[in-house]
Formats: sequence, C-alpha cells, structure tokens
Amino acid sequence: MAIDAPRKLDQAPPSKSSAQQTKSVDWLKVSLIAIVLLYLALILFIPAINVFVQAFGRGLGPFLHTFTERTFINAVRLTLIMAAISVPLNTLFGLCAAWAIARNKRFPGRALLISIIDLPFSVSPVVAGLMIVLLYGRNGWFGPFLEANNIKIIFAVPGMVLATMFVSLPFVAREVIPVLEEIGTEQEEAAKTLGATEWQTFWRVILPSIKWGVLYGVILTNARAMGEFGAVAVVSGNIVGRTQTLPLFVEEAYKQYNTPGAYTAAVLLACLAVVTMVSKALLEHRTSGRSRVGH
Amino acid sequence: MTPSSLPQQNRSPAWANGIRKGLQMSWAWRVTWFYLIVMLFIPTIALFLRSLTLSPSEIWRIATSPTALSAYNVTFLTALAAGVINGFMGLIAAWVLVRYEFPFKRIIDAAIDLPFALPTAVAGLTLATVYSERGWIGSLLVPFGIKISFTRLGVLLAMLFISFPFIVRTVQPVLQEVEKEVEEAAWSLGATQVQTFWRVILPPLMPAVLTGVALGFARAVGEYGSVVIIASNIPFQDLIAPVLIFQRLEQYDYAGATVIGTVMLLISLLMLLAINLLQAWGRRYGN
Repeated sequence: MAIDAPRKLDQAPPSKSSAQQTKSVDWLKVSLIAIVLLYLALILFIPAINVFVQAFGRGLGPFLHTFTERTFINAVRLTLIMAAISVPLNTLFGLCAAWAIARNKRFPGRALLISIIDLPFSVSPVVAGLMIVLLYGRNGWFGPFLEANNIKIIFAVPGMVLATMFVSLPFVAREVIPVLEEIGTEQEEAAKTLGATEWQTFWRVILPSIKWGVLYGVILTNARAMGEFGAVAVVSGNIVGRTQTLPLFVEEAYKQYNTPGAYTAAVLLACLAVVTMVSKALLEHRTSGRSRVGH
Repeated sequence: MTPSSLPQQNRSPAWANGIRKGLQMSWAWRVTWFYLIVMLFIPTIALFLRSLTLSPSEIWRIATSPTALSAYNVTFLTALAAGVINGFMGLIAAWVLVRYEFPFKRIIDAAIDLPFALPTAVAGLTLATVYSERGWIGSLLVPFGIKISFTRLGVLLAMLFISFPFIVRTVQPVLQEVEKEVEEAAWSLGATQVQTFWRVILPPLMPAVLTGVALGFARAVGEYGSVVIIASNIPFQDLIAPVLIFQRLEQYDYAGATVIGTVMLLISLLMLLAINLLQAWGRRYGN
C-alpha cells in the first residue's frame, strides 16, 4: 500500500504521453494479434479444416465406402490393438517409475534417470524402430533364438507393439512425478501408522489423489500409441491388411491415389486428436484448480 | 597415506550396502528397472554395438557419404530455419495469448496443441494437399512460381507445424510470471517501447525461448511421418536423414541404416544435454 502511493503521484504529470502510448499500443496489439492469427491459419487452422472438408466434401458416400474395405477395417482393428497393449503396460511402468522417483528424493543420478525416461521423446521414431529391428530382426541379437522358436516379431504385430511402447513410454511417468511430489507423504504415513498395507495405501490413499494426473498421462499415451507412424512403419513392413495401422493406411492410400480412403482414415485420427485436446483442456482445468488449492 | 586409505575402508561397506539395497529393492523399483532395461537400455546399446562391429574407416565412409552429408544438411539446416522462424512467431503468439484479450482466445490457445495431438501422417497428408499446386494455398502461390509440396519448402512447412507448440508452451508460463510493473517502471523512467522490449522484457524470456527452440529443433530433426508425405524424398534435394535411414533399411542395407542411425542418436543425446543445460540456466535466471 505504501509503495502504491508515490506511483500514483508520479503518474499524474505525464498523462498526455501515456494517452498517446495507449493509442499506439492498441495499434500494436491489433497487428500482433493479426500476425499470430494469420500464421496459425496458414500452418494449423486451414490444414485442420481441410481434413474434414476433404473427408466429407463429396458427401458421406466415399466416407462410408471406405468403412466397408477390409484393409481399412483391419487397420482400425490393429490400431486399437496397439493402444490396448501399450497403454496399460506403459501406465503400469509410469506409475512404478513415478512412485520410485518421487518417493526417493536423494539418490545419485536422480536427475539423470528422469532425463533417461524422457529419451524416447528426443530419439527419432525411425531410430527407435531401427533399434528394435537390430534386436529382434533376422540378423539381430535375438534373431537366431526367435527363428529357432518360430517367433516372429519384426514385420509382425509384436514388433509394432514394442515400437509403440517405446515411443509412448514417458508420458505417464512424466505427468505423475510432479503430482506425487506435490501431494507429499503425510497422508501415506498416516495410512501406514493406522495399519494399512502397502496395497491398501496405494488404492485408497495415493491413487485417488493422483488420478487426474494418471488420466492425463493415459490420454497422451493413447494418442501417441494410436497415431505413431515412423517407428511402426520401420518394423511393420507395411503388409497391407496384416501389419497396417491407421497412420500407415493413410500414407499407403495417399501414395496409391486413393485420396478418399486416406482422408477417411485421417478424419478418424483427427477426431482422436480433438478428443485428446478437449480432455487435456478439461483435465488441465482440474489439475490447475487443485494445485492452486495446494499452494 | 593413512588419510586416503581410511575413507576407502569406509567406502567398501557402503558399496556392499548398495548391492544389498539393490537386492531388497521395492517392487516399484524392480518394475521400473526391468522395463527401462528391456525397452530402452538394451535397444540403445544394441544400436551402438552394432555400428562398432564395422571398421572405423567403414563407419566414416558411410557416415560421410555424399547422400548422407546432403541428408544431414537438409535435416539440420531446415530444422534450424524452422526453429528460428518459430522462435519469433512462438514468442509473439505467447505474448498475444498472455497479454491481450480477444474473441475466441481460449479456443485458439487450446488449438496451439494440435501438432502434439494430431498424428504426423495426418499432418503430412493435409499439408501436402493444402500446399500442392491444386490446393487451397498452393494454387495461390503458383503465379509467383513458388512450389511447396514435394520441395524443401514442404519439409520446412512440416517442421514449422510440428515444432510450433514447443516454443509457445515453454515461453507462456515464464511470460505469465514476468511482472507488468517492471515494464511500467521502465516506461515511467522514460524508456521507449523498443528499449523496454529489448532491455526489460526479452532478457528474462531468453532462456525459455531458447529452450523452446531447442525442443522444437530436436523434434524437427527426428521427424519422419509428416515430412515423408509432403517431400519427394529425392537425395540431394529434400531427403532428410530419418527418411534415408528408412530407405537404407528397405534396401536391407543394415550397415548404412545403423551408422546413420547412430549419428542421429548421438545428436539427439547432445540435444538432450543442451536442453537440460538451457533449463538449468532458466531456473537460475528465475531465482
């Protein structure tokens, strides 16, 4: 309050120049907003609208027709399989890693471990796929063993699942670590003193307080798992109808000049993106509300 | 030499304790380590060891072959250009979103995340269509002789698309914390708007801008999905390194793919280090 008083006195004399400033700031404001909107229109909005116009521009006919194609149905099925396997496994890993890291504040290499978990985000998806080929492929480390036991991983679904798991590995851990750190250990310790087992503490005390963070991580993992292209393309061999997920179907259809097919698959994936973004916005609202209370 | 032998005696039980602790690890640690070893460490080590089975001269020959050099050139220079352009545009976008009020602001703010959520194949498909010679925007550029789809400009466009949110999302929170009063103080002390921007507003934002640019650059360098669709993928023109790795694998040239893949992995690790240093710098600036 005391600091406010002198400033008010200072503001009185240069009132003319400040009025001028407001005018020029308004002009600056309008042009900056215009620049940003134009740029966003060019790289985001027009391309996004184009997906829907191309998919439905000629009516629902081509859209529905693609749904009857067997290769398309297989691609949808395989995309769902990718998410159904990699999302639960990566969530389990993310919870364990977040728990272990958040509850051990001081151990050597803690910061290093956190950046190692983030590694899949900085590695090119093609390099990730290459690593899996070099391990499980015919000339790979485990190649001879797998061949002797008649297990096929590369150019087959297991390899694609491994690639998907690799690229979507960090999301849950990354979202849950800060939440766990924020809620502290008091409630857990209280539960333990009252005789709860580790399992009970997890289900009844910890999970309810981290659920939004976990859900956020799961949504991001799911979006990446369903949408991954590069890593899956390397290991899949892109065998039509057998190892083709929706993103691979998009590229293949586009290359074969089957534009309606490409856009039907694209619009499904775009809807997935919209759902992801809406739930992200809703969850951010919730988590930011909670963290404000925490502060 | 007693002082040096004394701590050593103390260290050996601590080391043994470490092993004992490792054996008594909680299940959370066991799952974490098992998963990291199987999913991350073994594949990474396999890539390095695989390239080490080649002779050094062979590695050098593959890593610096003309096709590879031109692919690095296209990848890194285009990603750098995308980083610089998005550094400017992302800073302005963050500024506009934090400081100004305008209609549909919340929706526009949420839409910035689209490149994070949209699968890259879809991004490549729609950008290639919109910017093709018959597309909505591409057709407007034909009279000026500008072609975007299936050229290096297309690669740039795809990289602009995927790296844009990184800059906005790293600058936004920092900008929110910068107090308006500091600017007002600069104004009332007679600084011009330009001076206020360069001397007062920009310096505390710089670590965040650079971190965002580095994150976007790292993402753009590794990008495959959108670029492979919008580019023509012709060597010496618009072939990027990740697509080159893919092509080598398709030709069953495992040595070629492994060496170029190792180069890319090493660069990603360096980028990760640089980003960590930038973030540490930003934190120090914040304090």
